Amino acid sequence: MDFQISDLSLLAPHMVVTGTALLVLLVEAFRPGKGRSDATYLSILGLLVAAGLTLKQFGAPASTGFAGMLIADGYAAFFNMVAYVVGILTLLVSDSYFRSEEYEHGEFHALMLMSLVGMMLMSGSNHLMLMFLALETMSISIYAMAGYMRTKEGTESSFKYFLLGGASSAFMLYGIALLYASCGTTSLTGMVEYFSTLPSLSDSPMALAGIALVAAGFCFKIAAFPFHVWTPDVYQGAPTSVTAFMATGVKAAAFAAFFRIFVVAFPIASGAWTSAFWVLAVATMTMGNFAALAQRDVKRMLAYSSIAHAGYLLIGMVTATSEAGTGMLFYLISYVFMNIGAFGIVIMLGKKGEDRTTLEDYAGVGFKKPLLGAALTIFMFSMAGIPPTAGFIGKFLIFKAAVHEGYIWLAVLGVLNSAASVYYYLRVLVYMYFRESESESGDVIRTSPLSILAAAISVIAILVLGIAPGYLVQIAEAATAAF
Amino acid sequence: MSESYILSILAFLPLAGAFLLLFMKSENVGLIRFWTLGVALANFVVSLPLLWLFDASNPGMQLQQKYAWISSLGISYHVGIDGISFWLVLLTTFLSVICIVSSWSVENKVREYMFFFLLLETGMIGALISLDVFLFYIFWEAMLIPMYFLIGVWGGKERIYAAVKFFIFTMVGSLLMLVAIMALYYININAGGDATFSILEWYKLPLAPSVQMIMFAAFALAFAIKVPMWPVHTWLPDAHTQAPTAGSVILAGVLLKMGTYGYLRFAMPLFPNAVEAATPFMMTLAVIGIIYGALVAMVQKDVKKLVAYSSVSHLGYVMLGIFALNPQGVVGGIYQSLNHGISTGALFLLVGVIYERRHTRMIEDFGGLSKSMPWYATVFMVVTMSSIGLPGLNGFVGEFLIMLGAYLASPVAAIFAASGVILAAGYMLWMYRRVFFGECDKEENQNLKDLTKLEWGYLLPMLVFVFWMGIYPGFFTAKMEPTVDAWLKQVDDKRIACSELVDENPIAMFFTEDVSPSE
Repeated sequence: MDFQISDLSLLAPHMVVTGTALLVLLVEAFRPGKGRSDATYLSILGLLVAAGLTLKQFGAPASTGFAGMLIADGYAAFFNMVAYVVGILTLLVSDSYFRSEEYEHGEFHALMLMSLVGMMLMSGSNHLMLMFLALETMSISIYAMAGYMRTKEGTESSFKYFLLGGASSAFMLYGIALLYASCGTTSLTGMVEYFSTLPSLSDSPMALAGIALVAAGFCFKIAAFPFHVWTPDVYQGAPTSVTAFMATGVKAAAFAAFFRIFVVAFPIASGAWTSAFWVLAVATMTMGNFAALAQRDVKRMLAYSSIAHAGYLLIGMVTATSEAGTGMLFYLISYVFMNIGAFGIVIMLGKKGEDRTTLEDYAGVGFKKPLLGAALTIFMFSMAGIPPTAGFIGKFLIFKAAVHEGYIWLAVLGVLNSAASVYYYLRVLVYMYFRESESESGDVIRTSPLSILAAAISVIAILVLGIAPGYLVQIAEAATAAF
Repeated sequence: MSESYILSILAFLPLAGAFLLLFMKSENVGLIRFWTLGVALANFVVSLPLLWLFDASNPGMQLQQKYAWISSLGISYHVGIDGISFWLVLLTTFLSVICIVSSWSVENKVREYMFFFLLLETGMIGALISLDVFLFYIFWEAMLIPMYFLIGVWGGKERIYAAVKFFIFTMVGSLLMLVAIMALYYININAGGDATFSILEWYKLPLAPSVQMIMFAAFALAFAIKVPMWPVHTWLPDAHTQAPTAGSVILAGVLLKMGTYGYLRFAMPLFPNAVEAATPFMMTLAVIGIIYGALVAMVQKDVKKLVAYSSVSHLGYVMLGIFALNPQGVVGGIYQSLNHGISTGALFLLVGVIYERRHTRMIEDFGGLSKSMPWYATVFMVVTMSSIGLPGLNGFVGEFLIMLGAYLASPVAAIFAASGVILAAGYMLWMYRRVFFGECDKEENQNLKDLTKLEWGYLLPMLVFVFWMGIYPGFFTAKMEPTVDAWLKQVDDKRIACSELVDENPIAMFFTEDVSPSE
């Protein structure tokens, strides 16, 4: 294995984020940050610097390093940007939340930045081993973050996630081992070469089993049916800002690696996995939507809705063209804004030790706090995929790619699902605007300039991407052109 | 051409006005009302020059404006009007002013109310002028949002149910249409066309009849829900009854016309062979709608619900005229959709007047109102007559043309539809008799105030159109006829050109790779 010092340049953004994490820990050790937002500012600064470095990767030719393990291309750069956005927005919504819960420690920031490094490596991994290590880096930090507040629910959430996540990692690792046994390598390029010598995949049932196990591992991380059972409990028990982080960051990173690995390395088996994903996509979105219909708790509703969103994204996996990739990229970035934005509002409406996330707690809030109401309205419409929001364009791009490949029925099932989802997204608005308030909820909200900034960024991003999506569509097209 | 900006101004002036509204203090109700009225009036004034800028003899799209929007997908901001959309645009700007005046009595959350109303105007005009299917879809869907809030916040007792039902019904239909739009986009590309969503380009696309059937089904469902045609009309009585007065007026006046407009602009010219095959079916649905709407209206106890069901019946006429596919029927259909905007709009306004005084709309709570409110009774009489198609008033012209057209296309349908006219006279006059004649025996009805100046202010313009459109219809039809003739020819030419095309596998053939998920 040859290593050149120039390979390090591929890792520059990752190193900046890692360095920031260590710096935050150091600062925290010497100046415990009670009552200040130093760690938040420092982390955001680090992410912005990393973003500046990543910016250069756009449009540059793809390059690999570390013996071909890591790849830096437009696709990885796009997902790194998604990771920065997730990180910055989560930091912004966490600040006042943890302060009001009296849990403001720099360790949270460090854990989150470490997790982000894992996510960034996942989208750039060209090798199953690196992908697995990155996945674990991301996940282990998140297990800790889920239990960060040491409440009963939080601990339960963390432990549940850890146990099931460990099991899914085992699946994935076993799959990787089987692939190694049949291909003799776990690098994506190596596997493609091996598969190209095979007349058909039925000559290698071991490889097929490996592919299936790797897919199962990913399906766990993206919370696809039937690997989703952990999601509602974990999402509801975790601190709200961590839920936002898990629902967006993990999903984006897992999809980044999922799409790259399956489209680049396993096209030979596409007949097998597209039909499996077809079923998974339909089952995931239908199950997510119908379960969300029954929820009376907004946080839990958002958890089920995130399962449904995974289902829409799986349509992109079925289609598996670069056009579908464009749609998925656009959808994921929109999803980050609308989801963290919505969780940010959920945080604002809670108070210390009391999340206030039932629908009744939202009654009448829309007129009591017009701006907050307007922001949540925009997030809900975007999640439901109603123009002129980013969520609509994202769905449009994904469904359009599916129709292009002849998956008309999949697209039809997708749109019928989004029609069903309208009901529970609108129900939040029904409570916010159409019902009179019965409690004091919404009288006092916990906001800080930072959490307001997060909501403002999300609203503006959703409207801009919904009304003038052309520029981002072009970037996403360029990022997926190679597939 | 500087005048080509007019359409864009019409679409976005209300939006700009709505956003400025957000900066006003919500306590400052007077300012908010006058500002909104000013914006709506300004938009109406801006729309008036269309009367002479629009060249009636030119059957094509006029005052077009086109800019690239999402260029990598071939989506553009492309607007224009022709004889089909011309009067609908003017009707929208006119009714918006009327609605805002009639909303003077809204006391609750005035700023938000006016905000949504202006957003609604943007959505409606945007949908009417869009020549890019993607752009149309955005406005078409975005229109739902303000209407949803108008019903849900300012509506009656069952408002939540009505608002959600309205939203979801429309959404299901439109989303299936969205899939068809995407498929058409690729069919167009695979047929050698540019990547475009321009409807004018799509008109030229030859499609095999079997493909047309599938596409037409998706488009027709979306528009049928909006019209609404029987049996997907069930959201309308709820929405109408629960919406605030101005919401009902705009719903009846413009939103429903989006459905018939969608047929004329999209579903029919794109898929003429499917239209040919579906005409008996659509005409049957239209006639069922006419008779069903009338019969159900007859047994209503609530005046507003009665008017709502009469809408189902009237829109049945519009659909019947359009599917007659002859100049009389189509012109009649468009004319009737304008009429319906005026007459039914006025009826909803009148119901609103009495509801404000008595807080009830039940027929049994009234009786003998002609004694306490003579002017109100007079205006109500004129509008009733216009609604049932008395010669000399607007309703007659539309119904007559539709009957004529329908008779040429299918005498049986025309005969059945004619029975609806009789039923309409029945339910309207019977209701009128019970509300206005007889003894004024209820004490609370005896001292009701007659029409106020404000109420005259919004009813009088409606009456002017009731007479104008009834006495001198040529002024209105002249702007439609050239377009309708060209439209019919275009539909017919395309039908002949496509009739020989065969395609065994209706959808898959158009896609480069035939990937079926069952592999």
